[in-house]
Amino acid sequence: MSKIEINNIYKIFGNKPDSVMQMVRDGSTKDEVLEQTGHTVGLDNVSLKIEEGETFVCMGLSGSGKSTLIRHLNRLIDPTEGEVIIDGTNIMQCNSEQLMDWRRNRISMVFQRFGLFPHKTVMQNVGYGLEMQGKTEDDRDKIAMEKIEAVGLNGFENQFPNQLSGGMQQRVGLARALATNSDIMLMDEAFSALDPLIRSDMQKQLMSLQSELKKTIVFITHDLDESLRLGDHIGILNAGKLVQVGTPVDIIMNPADDYVKAFVKDVNRAKVIKAKIIMKKVNEVNGIDKSNLIKVHEDQFIEEFLPQIVCTNANCEVVDKSGNTKGYITNKELQSSLTKS
Amino acid sequence: MFKDKKNLFNLGLLGIFIWMLISSYSSSKRKPETIGELFTDLSWLGNWPKWLDLPLMPWINKWFKALNENYGFIFEAINNVLLAMLMGLKNFLVQAPWPLVIIGVVILAYFASGKKIKTTVAVGFCTFFIGFLHPRFWDKAIETTSIMLISIFLCLVIGVPIGIWMSRANRVREKILPILDLMQTIPAFVYLIPGIMLFGLGAVPAIIATFIYAVPPLVRLTDLGIRLVDTEVTEAADAFGASKKQKLWGVQIPLALPNIMQGINQCTMMALSMVVIASMIGTRGLGDEVLLGLQQLNVGRAAEAGIAIVLLAIVLDRITQSYGETLQERNSPSKKEKK
Repeated sequence: MSKIEINNIYKIFGNKPDSVMQMVRDGSTKDEVLEQTGHTVGLDNVSLKIEEGETFVCMGLSGSGKSTLIRHLNRLIDPTEGEVIIDGTNIMQCNSEQLMDWRRNRISMVFQRFGLFPHKTVMQNVGYGLEMQGKTEDDRDKIAMEKIEAVGLNGFENQFPNQLSGGMQQRVGLARALATNSDIMLMDEAFSALDPLIRSDMQKQLMSLQSELKKTIVFITHDLDESLRLGDHIGILNAGKLVQVGTPVDIIMNPADDYVKAFVKDVNRAKVIKAKIIMKKVNEVNGIDKSNLIKVHEDQFIEEFLPQIVCTNANCEVVDKSGNTKGYITNKELQSSLTKS
Repeated sequence: MFKDKKNLFNLGLLGIFIWMLISSYSSSKRKPETIGELFTDLSWLGNWPKWLDLPLMPWINKWFKALNENYGFIFEAINNVLLAMLMGLKNFLVQAPWPLVIIGVVILAYFASGKKIKTTVAVGFCTFFIGFLHPRFWDKAIETTSIMLISIFLCLVIGVPIGIWMSRANRVREKILPILDLMQTIPAFVYLIPGIMLFGLGAVPAIIATFIYAVPPLVRLTDLGIRLVDTEVTEAADAFGASKKQKLWGVQIPLALPNIMQGINQCTMMALSMVVIASMIGTRGLGDEVLLGLQQLNVGRAAEAGIAIVLLAIVLDRITQSYGETLQERNSPSKKEKK
């Protein structure tokens, strides 16, 4: 069973969403619906599964419905139709008590513009979720301090959010989300408002935290590089429809349609594709020149061993952790994987 | 379904309009002998006919009389409560030695302004000059202030909750906004007169009138303040499982407080101007002095009282305003650092 299952979600914004449902089901596009009824289609029959412990990145341009989608998971937005099942429970059927309990303990969120409380100190901000859980102030401060240390903000705990830089503010947001010890974390364009250097810093930090914590993270972004870097799986949304779900390599190697193609066109493939993806397996290979071989680990990105190959004009031998040969890479494979489709 | 309701509503309005026409015609004493004359003699299309006159005045007078006779005890109860509060406050301030009152105001200003010496000293001098202008003004200023404080207290107790309610429900907002417009545009004398009839001459109708005049900005700014709280911040409160109450008291009201304080400031200023007008219905206080000056064509006397009112306004404005400012600085400390 998947951790999160989203089944046939429709979301229509407007005065009378139900009246438009039939039209949307019959396959009218977003523009048609808007023109004829004045309703905006936010999500159009979206279904997906997210596994426990993975980072699922939801990608799309602005207006594609990605922020709407993520808000369905903690019901900041209710769908017009469809269900969201988390750990086997349909959260659409929760009453407001259960929902509140759910939000306090199971799911936390990081916001694009941080969503910090300007009248509370960093410590109080981080402890907010714990306060909602009903913990005493001493407990709150203790856990909050741990999380503040985890994101590297020691010494700033008594400052107010406005006294911090953007990157530091988002660290507070991250610490706040981590503090409740929820198993699901929603990140709504969490790093989009940060400048590139700080953004990559934060990505690194998130990845290292995630490697310890193994939370289920749903990450929203419009930045393909970010999604390739962070995502175990990526879902691409266009005009409220989910056009493709797959691993980063899937998306790059087999884009489902022109929209996805346009997205991945400018990606630096050498940065994303690992050796094991493009290698030819041992049993498929014959007649390779084995006189001049370079050993490459299977999880290495092409980028890392490409310069060596170019200089020595050698072939690669791909090995796993214990040194067993898994396959070979020749110039031909390199060429086909790096050529833009 | 929804459309039907709307049609029904419009039909109802049309019905009321027709009923108004008929009742104005039938109750008029100057209508033609027969209805037939309306069609034969078309002169009524020239000047506005005498019979086309909605008898609102007798209706209201009748209704008001009935209200006074049947529910007079309610107004008397309100009257007694407000009067008791007012007297308590006034007597306390009047009987206290004046230097103590000035010191009290100065201390209040000191803490409200976030310990700014300049504001505090200015407020202290203004307070002193009220009595310094004319010894009689001191007690009168206290009387005026007491009436205002009671009105503002009413405004707070009633206005802020209404503002909060408006900010949470658009339908409530739609219904209350026109009422606020009405309260702000209807001339004060229109509700001063029924005030006298219900509560008698004196301070209580002034308190009621001041309340009606001064509460709209407070309601509006409370509503606006809560609506202006960043949606992402309220979303964050929701996302971490805050209940409605926790969200309101822990996030929305603290963040709306600078705006609410601005509302209280506006409320205070409007209350002061109303207290002056209310002197016309026999409310004592500084407005009374202006009125006397006016009646005696004594320019100096009116000016003295006018200046005293301005000084009182400055004192109240500085105290409420600077409290709002200190709050704002607390919410955006980065600005404070730049100073």
